[in-house]
Amino acid sequence: MKITLNGNVVEFEGGLTVAELLKKEDVDMPDMVSVELNGEILDRDSFGDQLVKDGDTVEFLYFMGGGC
Amino acid sequence: MMDFSNEQLQRYSRHIILQDVGVEGQEKLLKSSVLIIGTGGLGTPAAQFLAAAGVGKVGLVDADKVELSNLQRQVLHHTTDVGKLKVESAKEKINSMNPDVEVKTYPYYLTSQNIKEVIREYDFVIDGTDNFPAKFLINDACVIEGKPLSHAGIIKFGGQVTTIVPGGDTPCYRCMFPQPPKPGSVPSCKEAGVIGVMGGVVGTIQATEAIKYILDKGELLTGKLLTYDALKMEFRKINLKKRDNCGICSDDPEIKELIDYEQGACEL
Ligand SMILES: [Zn+2]
Repeated sequence: MKITLNGNVVEFEGGLTVAELLKKEDVDMPDMVSVELNGEILDRDSFGDQLVKDGDTVEFLYFMGGGC
Repeated sequence: MMDFSNEQLQRYSRHIILQDVGVEGQEKLLKSSVLIIGTGGLGTPAAQFLAAAGVGKVGLVDADKVELSNLQRQVLHHTTDVGKLKVESAKEKINSMNPDVEVKTYPYYLTSQNIKEVIREYDFVIDGTDNFPAKFLINDACVIEGKPLSHAGIIKFGGQVTTIVPGGDTPCYRCMFPQPPKPGSVPSCKEAGVIGVMGGVVGTIQATEAIKYILDKGELLTGKLLTYDALKMEFRKINLKKRDNCGICSDDPEIKELIDYEQGACEL
């Protein structure tokens, strides 16, 4: 399947949950990101169940606390 | 209509000549007020440009004193200012740059107890803080008070910025991030480092949003998260939607009172 991840088209074999996608993309601290799927921010509790499908648009939003 | 002195006509001539500003726009700026929370990497460039632009009242909040390690990015503070309160150092520079600007300083931290009365005095708020408890507190207070806010964060070679105008369909910071990260799970720029110019780029974008809001011109970064990757020299705008179950900006918010989250040990 092909999805648009953070603005880039990427291809994966078969389906994935959001949690699996975070893992595949080496996001080792999922606590650091919010995930937007097709424009909607997902509840963190749903990462394990929510499937990402062909054609979906996914954005990882990273916590950025600096300003100093 | 305000009477502009000859000096003011010269000082603001590049604004006045703009069709979208003119004398009316400059008058709006001179009568406006912006609160800048955090007088550091984001706050100093924002303060500098807003003061130069003739924003009539600039509020500066910061309890910290200037340190040598600040000077690589906080360009309003000079070597001779080390040890001085940041808000005093910034006020001195602004006073000498533009006498039209009234600078009000708040040399303490904002908390759930004092933030509302401070932000009420201003037309627009700029979040230039460096920690999550402050960012969530500012977001929540601005939503409750209906105060427009520019939120931003920077770290390493990255930055992000969004504008929140509460009351309509603009998503807030909590729509994006429902809860602060666990203390210590996300590095601060003290730990991770930051390229000095990041504050300059992102802080001046925050100042630009304040000016556009005051002038009522153009499109704000509402409902958009602008991300900046300096290594790739790439800007992206991510569309954001309001979350129906947002803890603070939904119709029936779960959060009724402001929260003072605990600072992660590594952020202190
Ligand atoms: Zn919200």
